[in-house]
Amino acid sequence: MNMKLKLTTVALGVTLAAGPAMAELVFPSLSYRTGPYAANGIPFADGYADYFTLLNERDGGIGGEPIRMIECETGYNTEKGVECYESTKGEGALVYQPLSTGITYQLIPKATADGIPVHSMGYGRTSAKDGSVFKNIFNYPANYWDGASVAVKHLLDVNGGSLEGKKIALVYHNSAYGKEPIRTLEELSKKHGFELSLLPVDHPGQEQKSQWLQIRREKPDNVIMYGWGVMNQVAIQEAANIRYPMDQFMGIWWSGSENDVRPAGEKANGYKALTFHNVGDDFPVFADIQKFVVDAGKAAGAGDQIGTALYNRGLYAAMLAAEAAKTAQGIHNTKALTPAQMRDGMEALEITEAKMAGLGLPNFGPEFTVSCENHGGNGLVAVSQWDAAADSWSLITGYEQSDQDVLTPLIAEDAAAFAAESGITPGC
Amino acid sequence: MLYRESGDFSSSYAEDSQTFPIKFDRYRYYFVLFIAIAVIPFMINDYWVNSLFLPFLIYAIAAIGLNILVGYCGQVSLGTGGFMAVGAYACYKLMTSFPDVSMLVHVLLSGLVTAAVGVLFGLPSLRIKGFYLAVATLAAQFFLVWLFNRVPWFYNYSASGQISAPERTFLGINITGANTQAWATYLFCLMFVIFSAYVARNLTRGSVGRKWMAIRDMDIAAEIIGVNPLRAKLTAFAVSSFFIGISGALFFAIYLGAVEVGEVFGIQKSFLVLFMIIIGGLGSIFGSFAGAAFLVLLPVVLKIVGVDWLGWPTDIVAHLQLVIVGGLIIVFLIAEPHGLAQLWRVAKEKLRLWPFPH
Repeated sequence: MNMKLKLTTVALGVTLAAGPAMAELVFPSLSYRTGPYAANGIPFADGYADYFTLLNERDGGIGGEPIRMIECETGYNTEKGVECYESTKGEGALVYQPLSTGITYQLIPKATADGIPVHSMGYGRTSAKDGSVFKNIFNYPANYWDGASVAVKHLLDVNGGSLEGKKIALVYHNSAYGKEPIRTLEELSKKHGFELSLLPVDHPGQEQKSQWLQIRREKPDNVIMYGWGVMNQVAIQEAANIRYPMDQFMGIWWSGSENDVRPAGEKANGYKALTFHNVGDDFPVFADIQKFVVDAGKAAGAGDQIGTALYNRGLYAAMLAAEAAKTAQGIHNTKALTPAQMRDGMEALEITEAKMAGLGLPNFGPEFTVSCENHGGNGLVAVSQWDAAADSWSLITGYEQSDQDVLTPLIAEDAAAFAAESGITPGC
Repeated sequence: MLYRESGDFSSSYAEDSQTFPIKFDRYRYYFVLFIAIAVIPFMINDYWVNSLFLPFLIYAIAAIGLNILVGYCGQVSLGTGGFMAVGAYACYKLMTSFPDVSMLVHVLLSGLVTAAVGVLFGLPSLRIKGFYLAVATLAAQFFLVWLFNRVPWFYNYSASGQISAPERTFLGINITGANTQAWATYLFCLMFVIFSAYVARNLTRGSVGRKWMAIRDMDIAAEIIGVNPLRAKLTAFAVSSFFIGISGALFFAIYLGAVEVGEVFGIQKSFLVLFMIIIGGLGSIFGSFAGAAFLVLLPVVLKIVGVDWLGWPTDIVAHLQLVIVGGLIIVFLIAEPHGLAQLWRVAKEKLRLWPFPH
């Protein structure tokens, strides 16, 4: 009987493409706990799930409305991502966070047509920052180009304000993700006079001997990495093998988790990574997670990732989604939300220090405000460094804003190209 | 009792040599066609189309294409992913260069472009055979993926290196892009599936197909009885690549909408399609469909059973999927090395005699 009932609900859920507003807030989690990217996918998915569990257990959901999180395994594979999107959108999904640039590219047209917002936090298509073109896509608080620009800024600081004649190598995942920063770095190399060399690494990235041989030969002053999954660990190991100085090697925020540096052990000491939120578990919210989630036996996954860099990022993503939902509830004066209302909430989202402190996350991330013109926040990024002896990351700079003079025209150009390509009239 | 030849008289050569000589088979075929064309389009939504029907139909075309080459002509190929990529990129270039032309034309032209590329990479097959040819086609796979990653002209110099399908129409109906109707994309792909299966079936039982099979069975003997190996092998490569190109174009334009060549058309795609025809049955059109259905539908079914009904963690289900699909492949190949198509043939043979097998 129970089985039959479940069957019927599944059938119903599948048949009703645009399901009725249910008495739950549905947040799909397109996660990947298998495959070559699992080492990075698991902590993020755990953090994302645990924060929603916390809200359910402690506050009874968002604004009294319970949260239902549907997890769907994508394996970082676009085909499975499409399947996950189609199978969850009928359940009343409020926002998609696919944690994959490839899947984000797939979802941009689909989700726009279906009126469901996508939040690609720190990944996806950078020009989605332009909300007048990408109405349903958000990428606050920072994007790939912000990352590239702040990386160069940090190098400027370290090198006394000039990169003239320096050589910088970009080691990147040979996919839409890794190619994103190239255009920005090319512009920046013109502006600051450094020489850029590009070293693509093919999926999944286990084989990087030739790239690191080239680095050994060319001896670039700095290496920037846009890697993900197993590629990160291999790159850091290879860098250690050729004795490349770790403090001149910097990863984007997706190449800066504990799982990436630990395999290289002591040799990874000093490796730098960008981040757009704080690290560690020294925040009041973690006491609540321990009490309501871990001790209650409701932690997602193995429960061993709490407080790691990517766990915090998953938690941050869930927090931003929950805050946007609260904002949407306020705007529309309703508890149950539709994806369209959620979109309005995301576009009116305002993150202040007081708000974060109230959530038990003081000083966790930069303050920012989302508007129709700016779906991408302010591009504030900090640099963190790995301390192998202490086995922890620590922030070594404050949040710095990316070079808006360079980025703004690039974003406008790319957004205009997309608008022309897909027949969108930009407007707020 | 129902399934038998007796009472079914043919009075012309055409009737005698038709694809489905048994009446029951013929009506079943018409029935399946009727359901596929006139019933399913009214019953499906986005989920059914994008998760099940489109991948099934498109992989079926690819499997038919590869089956012609491997199953009928005996030339092992590991370049399917690369040839699908040729179809996809040809379609993308055509779509963006000639926006007003119907999608039907674009997809067919992509097939022709792929056929030309396929012939080019088929040339080594004249000198090398078996595993060595497999390695040569593997080179095609890697070369083509590298090419589409490397030369910005193919992806119209986009920053991400991705290609994404703009909105294009067929008979005024949106077929690609985001604002498509489930039935429209389904019918569009179905049309190509029926076309491919029809053409492939009739090619393989005509003189062309007999030449391919002669080459497959023993190329020296075939040459002695007057089959031109150059022509036979290259036509097999051309026809096979034509279908694979069509499937690649549909895969990109209709199903995914945006494609990253290394991820979508990598070596694993070549293996997937090869597994489809091995499991389905080499040298059988039905086998291509059965293999595609097996490898496309089974993971989705397992996922629905494991995650949605039993509520298991997603990673456990994903790992179980590998175990179960892998196990089933082994079981099938041990129990029936000639694939699902052979099982089907045996079942039909038994049915014909039923209920008096002796």
